[in-house]
Amino acid sequence: MLRWTKRQFLTAAAIMLPLSMGAVQTATPAAAESVLRVIPHADLKNLDPIWTTAYISRNHGYLIYDTLFAMDESFTPQPQMVDSWEVSDDKLTWTFKLRDGLKWHDGADVTAEDCIASLDRWGKRDGMGQQLFASIESLTAGDSKTIVMKLKEPYGLVLESIGKISSNVPFMMPKRIAETDPFKQIEEYVGSGPFMFQKDEWVPGSKVVYVKFNDYVPRSEPPSAAAGGKVAKVDRVEWTYFPDQTTAMNALINDEVDYFESPANDLMQLLENQEGITVEINDPLGNIGFARFNHLLPPFDNADVRRAAIMAMKQEDYMAGAVGDQKFWKTCYSVYPCATPLENSVGSEVMKTGDIEKAAAALKTAGYDGTPVVIMQPTDIPLLSAFSLITAEKLRKIGMTVEVQAMDWSTLTSRRAKRDPVADGGWNMFHTWWIGADVINPMSIAFSGNPDKGWFGWPSDTELEAQRAAFAKATGVEEQKKIAAKVQERLWSIGASGELGQFFVPVAYRSNVKGLIKSPVQFFWNMSVE
Amino acid sequence: MIGYIFRRILATVPVMGVVALFVFLMLRLSPGDPAAVIAGDYATAEDIIRIREQLGLNEPIVVQFVTWIGSLLQGDLGISIFTNLPVTTLIGQRLEPTISLTLTTIIFTVVVAVPLGTLAAWKSGSLIDRFVMLFSVGGFSVPVFVLGYIMIYVISMELRWLPVQGYKSIFDGVWPFVRHIILPTLTLSVIFIALVSRMTRASVMEVLQEDYVRTARAKGQSELKVLLRHALRNAAVPIVTVIGLGIALLIGGVVVTESVYNIPGLGRLVLDAILKRDYPIIQGLILLFSFVYILINLLIDLSYCFFDPRIRY
Amino acid sequence: MTDTPTSSGKTDELLAVPPSSASDPNLAVLLWRHPSIFWGGILLSIMVLIAIFGPLFTGDPIELNPIKRLKPPSGESWFGTDYLGRDTFARVIYGARVSLVVGLAVSIIAVSIGLVVGMVSGYIRALDAVIMRVMDGLMSIPGILLAIALISLSGATMMTVVTAIMIPEIPRVVRLVRSVVLSVREEPYVEAAIASGTKLHLVLIRHILPNTIAPLIVLATYICGSAMLTESILGFIGAGIPPEIPSWGNIMSEGRTYFQLSPWIIFYPGIALAITVLAVNVVGDGLRDTLDPRIARKM
Repeated sequence: MLRWTKRQFLTAAAIMLPLSMGAVQTATPAAAESVLRVIPHADLKNLDPIWTTAYISRNHGYLIYDTLFAMDESFTPQPQMVDSWEVSDDKLTWTFKLRDGLKWHDGADVTAEDCIASLDRWGKRDGMGQQLFASIESLTAGDSKTIVMKLKEPYGLVLESIGKISSNVPFMMPKRIAETDPFKQIEEYVGSGPFMFQKDEWVPGSKVVYVKFNDYVPRSEPPSAAAGGKVAKVDRVEWTYFPDQTTAMNALINDEVDYFESPANDLMQLLENQEGITVEINDPLGNIGFARFNHLLPPFDNADVRRAAIMAMKQEDYMAGAVGDQKFWKTCYSVYPCATPLENSVGSEVMKTGDIEKAAAALKTAGYDGTPVVIMQPTDIPLLSAFSLITAEKLRKIGMTVEVQAMDWSTLTSRRAKRDPVADGGWNMFHTWWIGADVINPMSIAFSGNPDKGWFGWPSDTELEAQRAAFAKATGVEEQKKIAAKVQERLWSIGASGELGQFFVPVAYRSNVKGLIKSPVQFFWNMSVE
Repeated sequence: MIGYIFRRILATVPVMGVVALFVFLMLRLSPGDPAAVIAGDYATAEDIIRIREQLGLNEPIVVQFVTWIGSLLQGDLGISIFTNLPVTTLIGQRLEPTISLTLTTIIFTVVVAVPLGTLAAWKSGSLIDRFVMLFSVGGFSVPVFVLGYIMIYVISMELRWLPVQGYKSIFDGVWPFVRHIILPTLTLSVIFIALVSRMTRASVMEVLQEDYVRTARAKGQSELKVLLRHALRNAAVPIVTVIGLGIALLIGGVVVTESVYNIPGLGRLVLDAILKRDYPIIQGLILLFSFVYILINLLIDLSYCFFDPRIRY
Repeated sequence: MTDTPTSSGKTDELLAVPPSSASDPNLAVLLWRHPSIFWGGILLSIMVLIAIFGPLFTGDPIELNPIKRLKPPSGESWFGTDYLGRDTFARVIYGARVSLVVGLAVSIIAVSIGLVVGMVSGYIRALDAVIMRVMDGLMSIPGILLAIALISLSGATMMTVVTAIMIPEIPRVVRLVRSVVLSVREEPYVEAAIASGTKLHLVLIRHILPNTIAPLIVLATYICGSAMLTESILGFIGAGIPPEIPSWGNIMSEGRTYFQLSPWIIFYPGIALAITVLAVNVVGDGLRDTLDPRIARKM
């Protein structure tokens, strides 16, 4: 008697719980719907691609928003929402006319006012946006479909800026949403892109669902990177985030998902041998390994010490150790990704050295006094963890005193913002990577030489800044190339950072998935499931 | 008795208070700066300062605590820093998988462990007893994630019997639900079965030595009757108690199991939040888990005094 | 303040042990009667020897060798290599040291702190209520969760990991010690000592402490075993001992991605961990049965 009543009691109490919660999801796709089941590279935590630079939020942005201009495969800006545009002879007035039939997901028409508000908000957050807006005198609507941009002085990167391919992308939002304080997150997710975000089905940390927007009018050109016709070829796109790589791989093999955005390179050996699974490199630019010095603190406040450290960094060792299979990496001594328009070899000898003895000699000449180097090692990111260990080993070999401090990436991101001395929680070095598209030209914050507004590490070099400013104003490809080379020369001569090689993260998918677009950014239009 | 119930319920208030204070201090006194984490890769120092102000992180710590407790009492667990959604919404989305997994685990454990433990106690010293003891020691010795990986590898990948990962709601069909929940339940149950079967064995063994059991046996009652009517019935209190206490162990296991099997439950929510420093979620969930634990143990305690006239306080 | 016996108090008595009045049995007889202590002890001794002397004979557990990454077990590297080409055998051997140190440190510190707090709580009525509410609070937070939160928030060092694993174990010790104190202080000889004006600390040390030792040793072995497991789980989650220290948890955590490609990275430390924890638990069980005549009689 006693036993049963108690057990019944427990069971009853336990059963009551889920019923009273009512957290029941009933939306299951109808049989006829085509669904693309995706494992994204990260969990979508944040839905405001203007507020955050997270790549996952940018990919989300490309699904539901549209852009005025977009980069094609050759990294040339092409009109996307814009139908036609004109530049006045003095290069000061730009007039853009929107395409017909553009609609927001709530049914309203896209107007010039909406786009102006969106550009405004973006211009307050994005680095390139801030540069552009510094040259803008006024941004007004000519009529409901015409945007007129008046400049104070000619500016060379107008289309490159508003057609920027990676974070922060100037996505267009309705005026009421775009008027949100740029330092607060938006709370409504209405775009004019080929897919609609399903807020009811969003489970942060696990699942995101998009459905096809039937009123989207794609351009007629074939897709080319972010440019061309964005045709939604599936009814639903479902992102399921996997914190565990092994489980993710097994889910793909077991046909529980269709598309795996960023499997660990080492898993490729297993995936390649599976029947019905294709592995390929989708991002032609890849990622660039990056070793960052703190220019404010000794010993790396000395350019010669930085250059000596760079001389020890042999790219092959980093790539073989951290990336593995040589199919997925190559050496690249240009600060702009290899195989992009601005690639060049000016000043790169220092990076190419890759020799412990020469580096040791250079370090001696530089007058290194034995100040210990604190390297922050983000242990939750295997690639960067390995970079850190390899650098530590190399610096020790050239005669530096090295202390590796292990921490997780979140701690690293908060600690790297500190300019204090090491004793007060500062640092000397950390490693990261940039996706190729982010460092495609000198405007990237990675190349900044302004210690107040620049990126963590805070290099300070007025000549570098002058060259970067000149690049922004340069008109014409040849002039841009010339200035870009000068920026690179300056970066190497002050030993701004070490470049550790260019590596590629392949995607893996089931053979029934078709229509991938080659691009540094993952897009989901044009993809179909058969 | 009503007085006792009242006192017992009242006694949980200071405990909850201790938990709340502990959770709050633990997070606020830690060195990581949530503002820098939120600001992201390209943030400037200005951005970080701005975000700190928005989050109220610049307020004195006492003010932060009072504000927090105030909104807690109104059922407001705050807004997640990263997703900008109310913590209660996030918890609501994740409740079902975790409740299902813990329930199936508890049920499976009771169904397996109680008979096993009773059998072991009854036939103590026999082969069965040795096996049960070995299992109960062994179950405590293998890390739950290794167990999970091995099960996935053998049952899902090699034999292809069950799906590798994921969760399907029982409201969308019983069969898919069962297929997805079997492996996680098995994985999570091992340590729990070890615990409960051990407890059952010890308690039943103790009861079997009592005089009234000897009397019952002497009177010629069948062994089955002796076991069910006397032994198990009287051993029930410690068994149920250990299940209640085991809830804490179970929640720890849920965190790992959910990430191995990619189940979108509370365990993964809290793990993610801790690694990303999403303060409101961490606070809310640790409080929730503690609350559930305290509640369940309170109910178990109270049930004794309802159902067992011998227990009087 | 009346003492409210909770259900957990009862279980502690069952899980652990009331003070034993049995005289110390001869060691040889003890081992003969409880072969589990014998075998568990042998196993454990081997692990301890490996932990102390093993690293002297193996290669460097942290030397990188990217060219030889993810190589299967061979004559050169018995347990294969990991993703940075480090020798898994050297790492597993070294890891024994880390795991045992964590297990020992956690159990010794938790037992010491718990002993002091438990005696105070059991003896000084005024503090009892407060202390026990704090312990109830601590106990109601799932241990692993508490540990992960503490570590990830305060930064992973060997110290913080040991502390984080140790804190959730304290309430168990406190409850056990307190229950012993409460029962012993009613004994006539203790009451006599108090009545004759013996100083408080002398009563505690002379009369009460000895009664707690036997059950505490048993509890300490269980804590030691569970601490080693917790360490591995923390490592797996990525919130454990700093990764440059090759603990078993860390080795397995780094092998996570390569589970199907290079299973040896997880397999060997997993086996080593299971054997060690098993040995510790078997010894604990054996001791428990020896010290608890009520249940031991039936073994």
